Amino acid sequence: MKTVKVYGPGCKRCETTAQMLKDAAASLGVEVAVEKVTDPREIAMAGVMSTPGVSVDGKLVHAGGLPDEAKLSDWLTA
Amino acid sequence: MTTETQDMKPPQTHPDWHWYAGVVAAGAVWLMLYRQLIPFSEWATGLFPVARHSHSGEAIAFFLYDVPKVLLLLTLIVFVTGVLRSWFSPEKTRAILSGRREIMGYPLAAALGVLTPFCSCSSVPLFIGFVSAGVPLGVTFSFLIAGPMVGPVGLGLLFGLVGWKIALIYLVFGFSIATVSGWVMSKMKLERYLQDWVREMNAGPAMGLDEERLTLVDRIKIGIEQVREILSRVWVWVVLGIAIGALIHGYVPEAMMLKIMGGEAWWSVPAAVVVGVPMYTNAAGAIPIVEALLGKGAALGTTLAFMMSVIALSLPEMIILKQVLKLRLIGIFIAVVASGILATGFLFNAIL
Repeated sequence: MKTVKVYGPGCKRCETTAQMLKDAAASLGVEVAVEKVTDPREIAMAGVMSTPGVSVDGKLVHAGGLPDEAKLSDWLTA
Repeated sequence: MTTETQDMKPPQTHPDWHWYAGVVAAGAVWLMLYRQLIPFSEWATGLFPVARHSHSGEAIAFFLYDVPKVLLLLTLIVFVTGVLRSWFSPEKTRAILSGRREIMGYPLAAALGVLTPFCSCSSVPLFIGFVSAGVPLGVTFSFLIAGPMVGPVGLGLLFGLVGWKIALIYLVFGFSIATVSGWVMSKMKLERYLQDWVREMNAGPAMGLDEERLTLVDRIKIGIEQVREILSRVWVWVVLGIAIGALIHGYVPEAMMLKIMGGEAWWSVPAAVVVGVPMYTNAAGAIPIVEALLGKGAALGTTLAFMMSVIALSLPEMIILKQVLKLRLIGIFIAVVASGILATGFLFNAIL
């Protein structure tokens, strides 16, 4: 079970990113809990300056823009 | 994206030269379309059962000429900007600006504000990230003002729709306002007006996100992605702005425009700012209106003031910033930037 956090104030790109992660996890057969973090304080504390940011099991893997399809599986299977 | 195997495979199957050739071909098509703008709009206007030089004929022609033109320009500008900005990131900019207290920090911040990719929806985390990493508050403001104020979209459209002289004037004065406002605000010792939790926060150093090595093809892809994303978001504003511009162009009598927005009426500059602030649109929607106003004889200073306040001072942006700034600091921010805009407006109405 992996814990994935998507950091962003709730703009469209953040929603899309969360959905992309869920879809990728489903097609890989990886169990994930995707959590959306919208509190600006928490976003800043995580070291994210450009949203959406993504962390997997507490490690920040991405910040700014939609993630690359190809990288999703790397993060989820690492 | 229909089968699982496709999902697993990275979609990068084209060799590099396909991308380069594609960019060249797209450029050629772009140029061809751009040259057809006038014939197309005249032909399409002729389809309407109105006299070409009637009020409605003029409005329709303006609309049908401007919509494809602005969309074409926007595509080009957003693509080029997307590629250029892929060399910059908020993290790198923060590292450059951190601890810059000297005077050169302000123009540098303003320049980076134009070049660094960030969307207004992440201005709060960006603000915190900057301030907590030791970027002085005034420098941060220069950065945040310049971003929207002298954004490439506004400048590029101004260049394409109104001409290079006004685009250059806008660039110089917009940039100066961002620089000077940040410097003025640094002199006011405003740190105490940050929300308390921001002051207390000590966000550690930037997390160790590995810097990605991007190839030129990656950058081209970023540009294309930007075009797709931004155009799908702003086209409504563009059409709306052009529709308003078309109505002004077709129906507003010049005499009335001169009375309201002519250089004679001193109050027209502050009025333009007051009207402009609550108006929320982006540069792409505002420039067609500016084009129509100038075409009808509105004074340059008044029009610049209107445009700057629409683009650089927007109410929703202030509401977002309220999360990190106390009300008084937002008030000071608006007052300082608005003074710069007013000064620019009065100056151009006086000298022209």
